[in-house]
Amino acid sequence: MKIAISTKGDRLDSPLDNRFGRAHKFIIYNTEKENYEVIDNSQLNAAHGAGVQTAQNLAKMNVDVIISGNCGPKAMQILQASDIIIYKSVADTVENAINQLREGKLHEMHSASVNSHSQF
Amino acid sequence: MKELTIISGKGGTGKTSITAAFSMLAESSVTADCDVDAADLFLLMHPQKREKENFQSGNEAIISEKDCINCGKCEELCRFDAIVALERRREVNPMNCEGCGVCVHFCPVKAIDFPKRTCGEIYISDTDYGTLVHAKLAVGGENSGKLVAYVRVKSKQIAERENAELILTDGPPGIGCPVIASITGTDAVIIVTEPTLSAQHDLDRIVALSKHFETPYYVIVNKWDINRKITAEISSKCKHDSLLGYISYDMEFTNAQLVGKSVMEYKKGIAYKEINDIWQKLKERI
Amino acid sequence: MKIAIASGKGGTGKTLVSVALALSAPKPVRLIDCDVEEPNAALFIKPQFNNEQDITILVPEVNMDKCDNCGKCNQICQFNAIITISEKTMVFENLCHSCGGCYLVCPQAAISEIPKTIGKIKLGSGNGIDFVQGELNVGESVAIPAIKAAKRFGKEDKINILDSPPGTACPMIETVKDADYVLLVTDPTPFGVNDFKLAAEAVTNLDLPFGVLINRADLGDTSLDKYCETNRIPIHLKIDNDRLIAEAYAIGDTLFDVKPGYEISFRKLWKDIQLHLTDKK
Repeated sequence: MKIAISTKGDRLDSPLDNRFGRAHKFIIYNTEKENYEVIDNSQLNAAHGAGVQTAQNLAKMNVDVIISGNCGPKAMQILQASDIIIYKSVADTVENAINQLREGKLHEMHSASVNSHSQF
Repeated sequence: MKELTIISGKGGTGKTSITAAFSMLAESSVTADCDVDAADLFLLMHPQKREKENFQSGNEAIISEKDCINCGKCEELCRFDAIVALERRREVNPMNCEGCGVCVHFCPVKAIDFPKRTCGEIYISDTDYGTLVHAKLAVGGENSGKLVAYVRVKSKQIAERENAELILTDGPPGIGCPVIASITGTDAVIIVTEPTLSAQHDLDRIVALSKHFETPYYVIVNKWDINRKITAEISSKCKHDSLLGYISYDMEFTNAQLVGKSVMEYKKGIAYKEINDIWQKLKERI
Repeated sequence: MKIAIASGKGGTGKTLVSVALALSAPKPVRLIDCDVEEPNAALFIKPQFNNEQDITILVPEVNMDKCDNCGKCNQICQFNAIITISEKTMVFENLCHSCGGCYLVCPQAAISEIPKTIGKIKLGSGNGIDFVQGELNVGESVAIPAIKAAKRFGKEDKINILDSPPGTACPMIETVKDADYVLLVTDPTPFGVNDFKLAAEAVTNLDLPFGVLINRADLGDTSLDKYCETNRIPIHLKIDNDRLIAEAYAIGDTLFDVKPGYEISFRKLWKDIQLHLTDKK
């Protein structure tokens, strides 16, 4: 299973980034191989739609599960359409977030946790 | 570490002067000037620039002079009147170019480049009252909020590095995307309003915006004595704990700016005392 | 004739001046409020509105029967407005800039363009002035189409005054770019002067003739006057700082309601501008 965790650093002991769309990086952890790769998410060029672009990028990488702090409504639509589950975590490191997931301690996000940055 | 974003809706209510005053009153703070279209905070804080970065957002189309065959396909397809017909070739008017890439895609001889667009600069500067992160949007630049967001990201990084207790964010005027980018994830929104019909209307929308993002908000009525009736209306609409205070219409407020000082340094008139009282109240609330 | 009123900084008195110009214009005149995010000229003109029109932009609609998920629409879109994900094509309308790229590129002709309402134009008149107000719906991020829609009502049958949004970003540029003359409103405070220079740079880059009206002119030093002199920017009028004017503005009264003496100055301002325009020809 591939787990994507939004993070500020590039190691398993790095802190989480609680943003999704504008998360600095993602660590994609492969549970079968027990290794990971780091994706730089800081170069999104478009002015708007960061959440949309990030969701799409992760879906294209065949990620199964995402752990982040927040998720907006447009990104949520894309994740749901791609059958990707997103969990919320406030763990202090990437590694602890993965452990929380394994221990069933995380809550699935069923709807956007933050309101749209455009529709209100 | 907490962040406070100071916004106003309509421009000219005193938002920037009050942000500068708070920066001076706060013991340990980083200030972020997110009014990137017309940044003025530097005129009171007198920064020494330390670092500079280019800001890029989106792309722009540039037609190669030697490759263009002047077929006009780009002009036919462009919806933004951005293609100018010259004698022997077409050229892109960067002021109108939306960065949509349609001409780039459909040019039959692939004569159009599509580089990233630099539309501003970000500066990190030292001031007597802490680090100032500020930016300048290029004239005609896209004001989507992306530069605002970036100024805030930078100010958070610096505040963490410097162990600052507070980030004071001078927000942009208006109620659109740049303002949204300045308040998402902030700890509190401070709304500086004035008792005019124009500002009242915007106050409603700004409060709705703050509620939409589930952010606590506080209201300061500047120049309150210009119209006591409207001030009373504003106060009655505010929830009890969201009204922070009133600042009088005080010429010393402007006189301070005229000599390049914050009203807190100038120390004349009544406004500076009222701002101090408001600051003490604000500190308790957050 | 089209005259645009703009300012670098908000709060310098742009709307106060636009309204005063409309009231003192050699008639017939039309005032177009292009500050579509926060239009407020109506507070002062108090027009009777008699018509409303939707402002629409074109956004894509995907015929899923024809769509084969090739992803070309997503590739061409620079704004993340159309996404192809595991056999679904999704459109995010409020990210769309209406460039037509997806519609043009789709090999299956599966995309059509449909109108989406982003705001409205209100039409009316008051005080003998034709009034047009552009209003962007809350939550919409593209002001340009709304400004364009409002400007379309500026027919040549009358003098058109465009009350521009503040600042020097795209919305202000869109409003002023084809004006015959731009009047920049500023004040001589450091903030005002700083932002005025940005606005002056913007209109100079657009090759537009312009002049300045200095509000609260008795504040400050002569640096603004000197700057205008050095750069040959005509100063058309100075209005002194007066708390009474601020109080009038607060309740929706016009400049002439509280200071009728300025009406003569504004009529002279019109003559000056017309002179400047004939000189240039």
